[in-house]
Amino acid sequence: MLKTIIPFGPQHPVLPEPLHLKLTVEDEVIKEALPALGFIHRGLEMLANIRDFHQTIQVVERVCGICSMMHAMCYCQGIEEIMGIEVPPRAEFLRIIWSELHRMHSHLLWLGLFADSFGFESLFMQFWKIREKVLDINEATTGNRVIVSVNVIGGVRRDLNSEQMRRILSDLSWVEDEVGRLETTLLSDYTVKKRTVGKGVLPKERALELGAAGPTARASGIAQDMRMLGYSALDQLDFKPVMEADGDCYARSKVRFREVLQSIDLIRQAIFVIPEGETRIKVKGRPEGESFSRIEQPRGELFYYIKANGTKNLDRLRIRTPTFANIPALLGMLPGMWLSDVPVVVLSIDPCISCTER
Amino acid sequence: MQEEVIFVSSDILVGEVAKIKVEGFRFVTMSCVELDGNTVNILYHFDKDLTLKHLRLTASKDSAVPSISSVYFAAFLVENEIQDFFGIRFKGLVLDYERTLYLDEEVKIKPFCRYTLEKSDQKEPVTPKNATGS
Repeated sequence: MLKTIIPFGPQHPVLPEPLHLKLTVEDEVIKEALPALGFIHRGLEMLANIRDFHQTIQVVERVCGICSMMHAMCYCQGIEEIMGIEVPPRAEFLRIIWSELHRMHSHLLWLGLFADSFGFESLFMQFWKIREKVLDINEATTGNRVIVSVNVIGGVRRDLNSEQMRRILSDLSWVEDEVGRLETTLLSDYTVKKRTVGKGVLPKERALELGAAGPTARASGIAQDMRMLGYSALDQLDFKPVMEADGDCYARSKVRFREVLQSIDLIRQAIFVIPEGETRIKVKGRPEGESFSRIEQPRGELFYYIKANGTKNLDRLRIRTPTFANIPALLGMLPGMWLSDVPVVVLSIDPCISCTER
Repeated sequence: MQEEVIFVSSDILVGEVAKIKVEGFRFVTMSCVELDGNTVNILYHFDKDLTLKHLRLTASKDSAVPSISSVYFAAFLVENEIQDFFGIRFKGLVLDYERTLYLDEEVKIKPFCRYTLEKSDQKEPVTPKNATGS
């Protein structure tokens, strides 16, 4: 049969950001997929080399809006390791609270977009309505809804008082109830299952081989979650990664759905045991040396390599984001799929092209 | 964080990476750092059970480095990225974008290099000044 090449993207209704795939099809079945990037590359790693290492926090926060808090946290963690800075315990807990709020609003955003990708508009609106509450918490506690900008080298720039913590707990109870109401629809609805079960299957061995990260890897049965490293205050909280075994789009949506509830649990745990004390320490000197910093972003493992030379500028800041790691995995999922399933499969890795291209 | 860093040369690189794969390590990524006008450091990062292992290769900018994409397919993307940004060539790259992953075909500079080396027969040699300013 004659092979045809069909372009998917860079502009496509399911893609909030530009990603181009060249799909080789026979009839309407995908035989091969090749990615093309470079539509929104901004050279942020390069910018980090010419900014003061403190200012670089603002640069990395703009790698991606949705997970800006995690980028700053990973960067600060790397610099703190090089400089031997011990972050105050209260700041470590505050970082976990805000980072889990970020994971929640990122996953809720994705769950809505995912519902939209298979045409379930009302489910999309329901998830986004819930997400607004999480953004309200961000605004009330940091002054910003998305780019919360709380991290500094040596701690955090804001604190939470007891009234704010009570409000977070009360709002999270509402979020938990609302998310729970959607569980049956997302996980048991006939149409949803028809569009997601058995689509874009990535078996465990293949996921390992292709270097998959985050919920994409965990949905294939790989217990890979950087929160298991116990960074910040996570070593003092009860945590087990959410996993599924089927490796399809349905399994990936189940993992993210359950991780929203898990984040609520982690925030509650953190609020109940957060110690009193200062939230940042004064940083003196300049970093010199290398570090490899990793944390779990909503989309998976975030990796920072930092090389500092004792001046105010870094020698090198290398950022490997989870979507970058999941693109080879996506190429492994697509062959054998119907063309009509491609949008759902592409969205199932929660692609963030701003992160990928930096 | 104390991790294992192993220094390798380009002739044993692929063999070492294959050994690491057999040991059950997952490919995380690669990082490239410019050392001076002629050489770069390429770091290969692997993970097993949340423990990192790194290979460190010092390579000359004008000689090709063996690609590890035949061992770990996932490496093709980052090797293409390094080709774009540093101008390093990877020999045996399974999917070679020939410096057009992010860049347009007409771009000759290596954006992440403080010094861009170009052949003398090129009409407009690129200087460090306009290499970082464009």
